Amino acid sequence: MSKNLRITNSKFIDQTSRISFKFDGKTLYGFKGDTLASALLANDIHLVGRSFKYHRPRGIMTCGSEEPNAIVQLGNDPSMTEPNTRATEIELYEGLEATSQNCWPSVNFDIGAINNFFSPFIPAAFYYKTFMWPASFWEKYEYFIRKSAGLGKSPTKPDRDIYDHRYLHCDVLIIGGGISGIIAAKTAAQNNLNTVLLEDKNNLGGTTIFQNNECFKINNSYSNEWLSKEIVSLNSLKNLTIKTRTTLAAYHSYNYLLARENLTDHLSLNEKKDKIRQRLWKIRAKKVIIATGAMERPLIFNNNDRPGIILSSSIKKYIDYYGVKCGQKISLFTNNDTAYETAISLSKSGVNVNSVIDIRDKSNSSIVKEAEKLGIKIHWKHTVVNTNGYKKIKSIELMKLSDDGTNVVGNKLNEECDCLGISGGWTPRVHLFTQSGGKLKFRDKDNVFLPTKSKSEQISIGSCNGDFELDDVIKNSNNLIKEFLNINSSDYENLEINCSREIDKKNIWLLPSDKPLGKTKPFLDFQNDSTAKDVKLALREGFKSIEHVKRYTTTGMGTDQGKLSNMHALGIIAETAEVKMGELGTTTFRPPYTPLTFGTIVGRNVGKFFDITRKTPIHDWHVEKKAEFENVGQWKRAWYYPKENETMHQAVQRESKAARDSAGILDASTLGKIDIQGTDSSEFLNRVYTNDWSKLEIGKCRYGLMLNEDGMVYDDGVTTRLGENHYLMTTTTGGAANVLSKMEDYLQTEWPELDVYFTSVTDHYGTVSICGPNSKKILSKVIPDLDLSDENFPHMSFKNAMIGKIRCRVMRISFTGEQSYEINVQSGYAKSLWEKCFDAGKEFNITPYGTETMHLLRAEKGFIIAGQDTDGTITPVDLQMDWIISKKKYDFVGKRSLYRTDTIREDRKQLVGLLTDDPNEVLEEGAQIVEDANKKPVEMLGHVTSSYFSPNLNKSIALAVVKSGKKLNGKKMIVPMKNKTIGVTITETVFLDKKNKRLNA
Amino acid sequence: MFLINCPYCGERDQSEFSSGGEAHIVRPKQPKELSDDQWAEFLFMRKNIKGVQFERWNHAHGCRKWFNMARDTSNDKIHAVYKMGEKPPIK
Ligand SMILES: [Zn+2]
Repeated sequence: MSKNLRITNSKFIDQTSRISFKFDGKTLYGFKGDTLASALLANDIHLVGRSFKYHRPRGIMTCGSEEPNAIVQLGNDPSMTEPNTRATEIELYEGLEATSQNCWPSVNFDIGAINNFFSPFIPAAFYYKTFMWPASFWEKYEYFIRKSAGLGKSPTKPDRDIYDHRYLHCDVLIIGGGISGIIAAKTAAQNNLNTVLLEDKNNLGGTTIFQNNECFKINNSYSNEWLSKEIVSLNSLKNLTIKTRTTLAAYHSYNYLLARENLTDHLSLNEKKDKIRQRLWKIRAKKVIIATGAMERPLIFNNNDRPGIILSSSIKKYIDYYGVKCGQKISLFTNNDTAYETAISLSKSGVNVNSVIDIRDKSNSSIVKEAEKLGIKIHWKHTVVNTNGYKKIKSIELMKLSDDGTNVVGNKLNEECDCLGISGGWTPRVHLFTQSGGKLKFRDKDNVFLPTKSKSEQISIGSCNGDFELDDVIKNSNNLIKEFLNINSSDYENLEINCSREIDKKNIWLLPSDKPLGKTKPFLDFQNDSTAKDVKLALREGFKSIEHVKRYTTTGMGTDQGKLSNMHALGIIAETAEVKMGELGTTTFRPPYTPLTFGTIVGRNVGKFFDITRKTPIHDWHVEKKAEFENVGQWKRAWYYPKENETMHQAVQRESKAARDSAGILDASTLGKIDIQGTDSSEFLNRVYTNDWSKLEIGKCRYGLMLNEDGMVYDDGVTTRLGENHYLMTTTTGGAANVLSKMEDYLQTEWPELDVYFTSVTDHYGTVSICGPNSKKILSKVIPDLDLSDENFPHMSFKNAMIGKIRCRVMRISFTGEQSYEINVQSGYAKSLWEKCFDAGKEFNITPYGTETMHLLRAEKGFIIAGQDTDGTITPVDLQMDWIISKKKYDFVGKRSLYRTDTIREDRKQLVGLLTDDPNEVLEEGAQIVEDANKKPVEMLGHVTSSYFSPNLNKSIALAVVKSGKKLNGKKMIVPMKNKTIGVTITETVFLDKKNKRLNA
Repeated sequence: MFLINCPYCGERDQSEFSSGGEAHIVRPKQPKELSDDQWAEFLFMRKNIKGVQFERWNHAHGCRKWFNMARDTSNDKIHAVYKMGEKPPIK
């Protein structure tokens, strides 16, 4: 570790501020400006992980988001640790702790690596083929596979970090802050357009910002110096917002985009505290300019995965940007000119370049001549046939390519090296373009997929659009931007640009070796360990579609989504299947472009902000009385009110008994309330309810059932006629919003001629319900002026009344079968009304009861709950509620469906009552009902929908739906449970007070 | 995520709207006269085509108005929005 791999040529690294960090438990040092990868390389650490299947040693391979190997576990706090982060993207900070993944017990000694030696036996789909047979052994195999596989550990505790969401609207959004993105940003902002520039790195300039080479000049300055000045000039533009450390994650239709801004990941542990970690920007842009650049391809040859084998352009960035030497004896292997830029940079920084191995016959470009001038040795028309070195590359073997490139000839040369740079050409980053729905075209000249003209308001410029030469990038970008933004001229006309141009091109997707393919390991997907062999095997086995080959071999299925070698996989498939690349198409690139943490997606919508909580105006009283609550939709409803050490069962039994013996009080404020007005209100109700509404007198209430057009029960509730053209409809608590929107739908789209208006008033009124034999006495104390006699105020009627100066509506309706009153007042008065009723009822032992008791009481009476006893497959006839279907009305919503051949079947599931043989046995809701357990297969005749122990009847009761249930009254059935079989008898649905005497008791 | 031009409110984000399925299916005025098959045609059968489809949309978190939309299902391009009861402005 005494090697000094750091040079001091970089202005991007602050060598005065040293940063300490830990990797695999060992304390190391880097500088401000480093990434974890550059700091590790400066410490001569290449080996950072093991591959997924064979556990082969893997080293840092790139310098960006396409990194397949250097994925590490960040941090070790159980609530903050993050798996699968890319060392090439992590900015170094004081206190950073990272560990290798997918290795046990350590990255240097890994048990799983034994797979590597068995690897001839682990071809594509090995797991599918072997471990699935015999199926019963799967559990045993799984144990071993799970133990040895897996990428990283998930955090085990809730994330303490804060995440945020924001909206952003702009005229022009530019994605990518390289040279073409900067040209676009300046041009757009200078022309009065509200412009936003996003860059995923911590500063602008892309690769040009460290292109420090004689061969590349703009207006007589080095390209990097020219670009630096351009970046400085952006500061004076008022219309321009620049967001660095911001990655575009998804590009949806209509120019809706999601970007993740990293706010604190680069800060030290102390500086991070209490700050928003990441922000998700939801962007709607009028125009989008994609300037995401290109990424370098690897080359596919035998043993191309050893630590120390790095993309050539990354080696250049490490030396020119970070001031880090990736090795001291570096060989370069290429099929194009860009590796020569790396060779020149290395040579100028004093690194020994062994040679450049170029598969081409020659290249006459100026950059190659420059390299030759520096004395760099070039092996033309050669290829690497093998590499040696287990945990780090030690040497390479080269041979001459045959004329057709399919074979190697001549003698093998051996070259010692401690690093091998590879360059297989460039792949435009078209991911975002395709995410937005764009189609690609293939360019044969240099084997790239390029964007076609997009139908939406967007263009791609620069190398993501296939321009790889500096002069093309600037000139074509400038022209495209001007046309796209309707601009006549820009700052970028008539620049004098000098650059090397690549003329000679050659590509071999799978490079030959002196060994047969079966004896080699040419890796395609470095993370998932799939090789060129696997892809060929899949094709031999009959897979043709690229998407199928991808899944069968797992090529491109890792956390890197196969960014690096996707093109090679396609190339090899096309070659083997003898089709053209363009015809084959590509795999689909799906968002997110790089992985997003769940915290960012969720933002602030965590904990109590996950969903809206609705509370009734009486809520605080329930809390004070220590009620337990249940969630009903978004509502918090009092469930039951336990006294001292009461269990739920005890509390519900007590409440239920009190409500029938004397008096109970229920907060019914959550019931949906819809105010209906207009001259056609009655007609409208006639059309949406099954029963007849034309003759309901003013001041009377009626129960109604609503169906879907398919005849199935949808919702129910009591509606009161307040005036000639005025009704108040109640719905179930959960159904309120849906009922209103369904009625609006019919009114607006089917019957727009009707004069009806709906207003949701659920939150406007609080509702206090008093029931029981003493309810009338209690109400008379609360509203002494109101004549409560059965003659003046009978069941199913309504009165306006005053409580002091407060107006209220009193309905005499009952969901419990007891004499019962519902008092509606404006929400703000509801709690004081509740307290007044409670005080008035004290002498009658008035007992507050919750939803559980309410459900029990109505079940005793056989009243259904829409959504509990019905499930969208139950008609009113199935409920034995034929009485509620009007015979007079020609039509109502759902009527025609009630006599379809299916709905008139007699063996439909129908609502029945159930009594257990043992009156103390309470059935489980959802339990299956069976007639004959010995007949195989056992026929499921139905299931229990509601079940309680009734304290008023002193026995267990249940409601159920059973096939042909109507005809089965008195029949014995069984309910098989896990450890026992419960005998039951089918009964009527009404268990208590069949003659409804209690309503007027 | 579409940008939808509500005929009553103007351009709004898709998250304010809910989709209501195929448009221009009129509820039969005389359901009693229909056979089971004819009623099922109205009740269940919906088009699912690649190309321009006519749909009902509701500005649920806005003006609550229903309206129609002509949308190309192959590329999500919205060709037209028009009010209930109006004829489609394109074929
Ligand atoms: Zn609207």
